[in-house]
Amino acid sequence: MPTTTVVVVGAGHCGLAMSRHLTERSIDHVVLERGEVANSWLTQRWDSLRLLTPNWMTRLPGFSYGGDDPDGYLSAPEVGQLVRDYAAEFAAPVLTGTTVTALRPSEGGFVVETDSGEWRARAVVVAVGATASVPHPLAAQLPPEVVSVAAIDYRNPAQLPDGGVLVVGASASGVQIAEEVHRTGRAVTVAAGEHVRVPRRYRGCDILWWMDAAGILDERAEEMDDLVRARNLPSMQLVGADRTVDLNTLQALGVRVVGRLGGIRDGQAQFSGSLRNVCALADLKLGRLLNTIDEYAGGEGERPEPTMVPGVVLGTDLRRGEIRSVVWATGIKADYSWVDVPVFDVRGRLKHEGGVTDWPGLYVIGMPLLRRRRSTFIDGASADAADLATHLASHLNRHATESVSAS
Amino acid sequence: MTTGQTAVDNGVNIEALRDARSAISETPELAQFEWRSSVTWMNGTHSRSDVESFYGLNDEQVHHTSFSFDADHPLQFAAEDNGITPIEYVLVALGSCLTGGIASIASQRDIQLRSVKATLAATQDLQGILGVDPDVPNGFGGVTVNYEIDADASPADIQALVAQSQKRSAVYAILTGPTDVTVSVS
Repeated sequence: MPTTTVVVVGAGHCGLAMSRHLTERSIDHVVLERGEVANSWLTQRWDSLRLLTPNWMTRLPGFSYGGDDPDGYLSAPEVGQLVRDYAAEFAAPVLTGTTVTALRPSEGGFVVETDSGEWRARAVVVAVGATASVPHPLAAQLPPEVVSVAAIDYRNPAQLPDGGVLVVGASASGVQIAEEVHRTGRAVTVAAGEHVRVPRRYRGCDILWWMDAAGILDERAEEMDDLVRARNLPSMQLVGADRTVDLNTLQALGVRVVGRLGGIRDGQAQFSGSLRNVCALADLKLGRLLNTIDEYAGGEGERPEPTMVPGVVLGTDLRRGEIRSVVWATGIKADYSWVDVPVFDVRGRLKHEGGVTDWPGLYVIGMPLLRRRRSTFIDGASADAADLATHLASHLNRHATESVSAS
Repeated sequence: MTTGQTAVDNGVNIEALRDARSAISETPELAQFEWRSSVTWMNGTHSRSDVESFYGLNDEQVHHTSFSFDADHPLQFAAEDNGITPIEYVLVALGSCLTGGIASIASQRDIQLRSVKATLAATQDLQGILGVDPDVPNGFGGVTVNYEIDADASPADIQALVAQSQKRSAVYAILTGPTDVTVSVS
């Protein structure tokens, strides 16, 4: 059985940021990757998708964007290439095409089972990211003639049948897909639950520039009033382009906005009457964000118009042919089903404090708000990996000392 | 915020609420509740509902006393008006749920309330329940709730308080989203 000091699971930007720090500390390690480097960037993104963060924010340990368009937004293949170049540049010890099937504690550390043999390691960093679609409980109740597509499997509008489209979810994925499908001439309905509304630009700068400058992205996880809620917030309504996409811009294009999809009964989709309040919540939250920016910058910027709440539509008949397909943009999650270590809470959520689990030597990276707001973005991997590498190194040292004193 | 301010007191035991929340997050079974009522036909459209027991916190529970509620139709419907109409109870439920939520959330957010009042109104087209026009739905056409709140908070914070109370309200959720209802005869 091959032995190493640290196994990193996943060769995305977070796994590689970790690998970079381990390399700098001369800690022996291997990065196990089910597909190829930056796999999900290359295989699980729709064609038109661009990063929500501007290029200058695409920073990794020892790497920063050096191209000629710092305010642009990378396409998914460009992110994939960037991550692959990054891995090649410091010769990250990646084993591609190696799927981890189980992780178990063992004497002195862990056994990592893969589809091509087992590894033994003293510490493990889980860097798999959120790559699993969560099947929506209502998808099974769609009439059989309605095509159902998860956002993670969506590539472009040509994949959808002609006719009306219901997009469930109004976060980054939902609003982008709704906009692009609408542009093909289809009638699009967006079912909007809670969402996080932000303008692309405010007071002449990218909203993420402000969030970076005003220190918002550096707010620490342990300082959040309600960390569970903060970690479960939907993604910001953004598109990787120099324009804002929100419920107002969608409605101006002619997209129909309805409340959260609450049920499907006898072929009738039922939409919640809470649309007015979820719009009010989003507008209030946006107001607080812009207040924080104004406090930092001084003065006051021009505020976006409140969200227009359309005439309420509480249902639609899915059998009448007006809606021919449904796109579920309701979120993705990480798949930890292979982690056979008791680090899960009663709800099956992986318990950790800033990426450090209760099980000595087991770490996780690449989750929303892992240690700070910035953790949600590629730009957060650098600081998170540095912190976790420090913790991991001291774990290895402590363990080494214990072994020596015990012998 | 000024220093040395006294803690807010809206009559909400915020410590108990926080303790309950943390107990439930560790043991989700504690959160599984069943609410019950029984109803007896009196005469005409007059009925009486009794509410006493419920299940929750892993055990059978009772209110400190049994509560009774009469429902009827008004004189204008050639009924005896022995109580408010069932549909008015829905407004009562919504208003009290949102208002209780406002007090709880205000306490969590250190907002001292001085007065909270709301008027509620619901429209209904009776052509639905009378079967005059099958295209008219039976239920409310729409519900409006208007709050007047006097509190130690900015207008934006009061807006946020009212928005959050809707987000956390059971009756609001029941009214705005579908609920699975099974009616049987034994």
